[in-house]
Amino acid sequence: MRKSIRSLLLGASAAIALSSQAMAATELNITCRCVIGGVNSGMAEWIEKKVIPAFTAKMKAEGKDVAVKLTQFGGADEQLTQQLALDFSSGAGADVSGFDGFLIPSFVQGGLLKPLDEIGGPDVAKWDGWSHISDGTKALMSYQGKPYGIALGTDARMIFVRKDLFKKAGLDADSWQPKSWAELLDAARKLKAADPASFPLQLNAGVSMGEATTMQGYWMALLGTGEQVTDESGKYIVSSQGILDTLKLYKTVYVDDKLGDQRAQMLGDGRNRTFANFRDGKTAMLIESDWFYRSVTRPGAEFAVADRDNTMTWKKMPSEKPGRGLRGQDFVTISGGTGFVINPHTDAPKEAWALLSFMNSQEQLTAFQEIQPAIRIRNDVAIPNSPFLTETAKTLLPFTTARPNDANYNKVSAEIQRMTEAVVSGELTPEAAMKQYKEAVTAIVGEKNTISRL
Amino acid sequence: MKKFSLLSTRAGAVFLAPAAALVGVFVIIPFFWVIVVSFTNRTLLGRTAVDPDFVGLQNYFTLFNPATFFTRGQFGFSLILTVQFVIFSALIGQALLGLILAWLSQSVSPTLKNFLQTAVIAAWILPEVVIGFAWFAFLDYDNGTLNMIMRSLGLPPGDWLLQQPFWVIVIFNTWRGAAFSMMLFNSAFQSIPPSYFQAADVAGASSWQKLRDIALPLIRGHVVTDLILITMWTFNVFTPFLLTNGGPSYRTELLSIYTYRVAFKDFEFGRGAAVGVVIMLINLAFALIYLQIAKKKKAEAE
Repeated sequence: MRKSIRSLLLGASAAIALSSQAMAATELNITCRCVIGGVNSGMAEWIEKKVIPAFTAKMKAEGKDVAVKLTQFGGADEQLTQQLALDFSSGAGADVSGFDGFLIPSFVQGGLLKPLDEIGGPDVAKWDGWSHISDGTKALMSYQGKPYGIALGTDARMIFVRKDLFKKAGLDADSWQPKSWAELLDAARKLKAADPASFPLQLNAGVSMGEATTMQGYWMALLGTGEQVTDESGKYIVSSQGILDTLKLYKTVYVDDKLGDQRAQMLGDGRNRTFANFRDGKTAMLIESDWFYRSVTRPGAEFAVADRDNTMTWKKMPSEKPGRGLRGQDFVTISGGTGFVINPHTDAPKEAWALLSFMNSQEQLTAFQEIQPAIRIRNDVAIPNSPFLTETAKTLLPFTTARPNDANYNKVSAEIQRMTEAVVSGELTPEAAMKQYKEAVTAIVGEKNTISRL
Repeated sequence: MKKFSLLSTRAGAVFLAPAAALVGVFVIIPFFWVIVVSFTNRTLLGRTAVDPDFVGLQNYFTLFNPATFFTRGQFGFSLILTVQFVIFSALIGQALLGLILAWLSQSVSPTLKNFLQTAVIAAWILPEVVIGFAWFAFLDYDNGTLNMIMRSLGLPPGDWLLQQPFWVIVIFNTWRGAAFSMMLFNSAFQSIPPSYFQAADVAGASSWQKLRDIALPLIRGHVVTDLILITMWTFNVFTPFLLTNGGPSYRTELLSIYTYRVAFKDFEFGRGAAVGVVIMLINLAFALIYLQIAKKKKAEAE
């Protein structure tokens, strides 16, 4: 029956494809979590003002009439994922879509994505851009060696610090670099003492922030205990001292010492509230990716920090104790990558690939640099003169880590978010939350793919 | 009684066919499809999306697994929560409030009565999203109207949506749905001959005595109908999602919200379908009770 529904859908989309070909212009839709004047404003601006006019002109020169429409998605990351999963499974949705690389394995296994060369044909292999993209960044949007999309770049996570608040608490932010969680908490306590109404430290927790909880919060702490979510053989660690220490850190921050904004971890719009806290001087330390600098607090953006160059700086995230971090590191960070994929049900696969590759051409990525500088995936796109980007890349990328490229990671990540919420809301003790996590993860991946270290 | 028909059976079938086809495609096939899916571990993402396994009753066993049944965020918790929600917001809240409003509006001036009924019915007919947003704004901790009132009265503001989420959705649903019960009881009261009340007035009966001894016994049938209908509606209601998202920490995750999360956020189609089947059975039971009573009433009327 599934087949018959599918053939019906195929028939319907073929009919639509035919009728759209009857009209002269090929219509391409592109979507991303980007809104001019809102979230990821720079990206929306780039697509709307640079990519689309240039692409339409280029196609016209080749004798093709192509109209591109950008759909700006203003919801949360998880909502876009939900939308894309349902779109791709029912043959609907934009032709080219913004996409977070860590979701690729589960989408591919679910049959919702196709390798680029299968969609775009021989044009894909012939693209000159590949020679300018390193294998490491190609892997951000690949699964089992095949690229399913192209990442815009990679990122790294760190602690963003407000120097002005440090000064008020009698701390010198410039010379400060915590070397252990204890030092981090110590500074937070001093900041709290200086302003009891403030929430000095933001370590993401809870379900509503989605993957931002797992990446910016849980991973950044867990790596400091020398562990990852999976062990070397890819088994999920479901009970360990590292998980417990991480959850205890959460408990100290949100329940025992009230160093963080507990409400913001639980409310639907919590992540924006934490950004607002940082902007309004209520939070002095916030753990985020360089996106926070490039986009969120950019001058003119919703959460722009006044006089940013003088009030804001960044620090490396310390391990629990010096030398206790992953691979014996003193400091930890983790990277991911977002980019764009092509809808396998697109009516115009050739044009969709042409658009995706055009977005990643040297010319277009250079144009993007002018709107929102970042480290781009192409080695022939210059890094603009941005001390922040060069410094963070030089310091953090050498010791960074990536998430497991596994189809179950997405679901396990949701359990991680639930586990942190149970702890920061004060519902469960770290031990009880870990027990619940163990049960949930075992149910997802099966007992043989888990490992207990306690 | 002789059957009289305008059309031959065949012509009737032809006219019925389009509707029957629609019902078949959009109601009957999905109905059986859900049952089939509930016996598989089908998901939207991952390997089991393309190649689901037949797992028999495993989804149902997971739902009723005693080890996790009462855990928050699991089926049992949501089921019990929904029952509590129905008892407090529908059976006690809506029915009682509707009854009081209907009774009061029997004795107040027509202007006041009109105003009262317009206000109550407005709460009922406004679109859900508008209502959800209005309540969200009303209850907001920092800038909400309720906390502004509390502060101006010198009372401490409350973090309603986080600290009392269950009572928030109970009060919300009571407020939202009281209009139906009010209208139903209103018309029921009007069906009672006024002479009964006039006689009671002469005898010096109080309003409470009139309600208890005259009105209620005469509208018993309406009360039962009302209770069953609002139970069914409240059991399936999804609007509290707009206020709390089912949270914090699943504390307001009613069965309908739980189903939505499992099927369309976690993308566990198999398990979601199993929950759907269980809900369908529960609703079927309600519907049977309702039909039984309706039939009995009809028999009494004849």
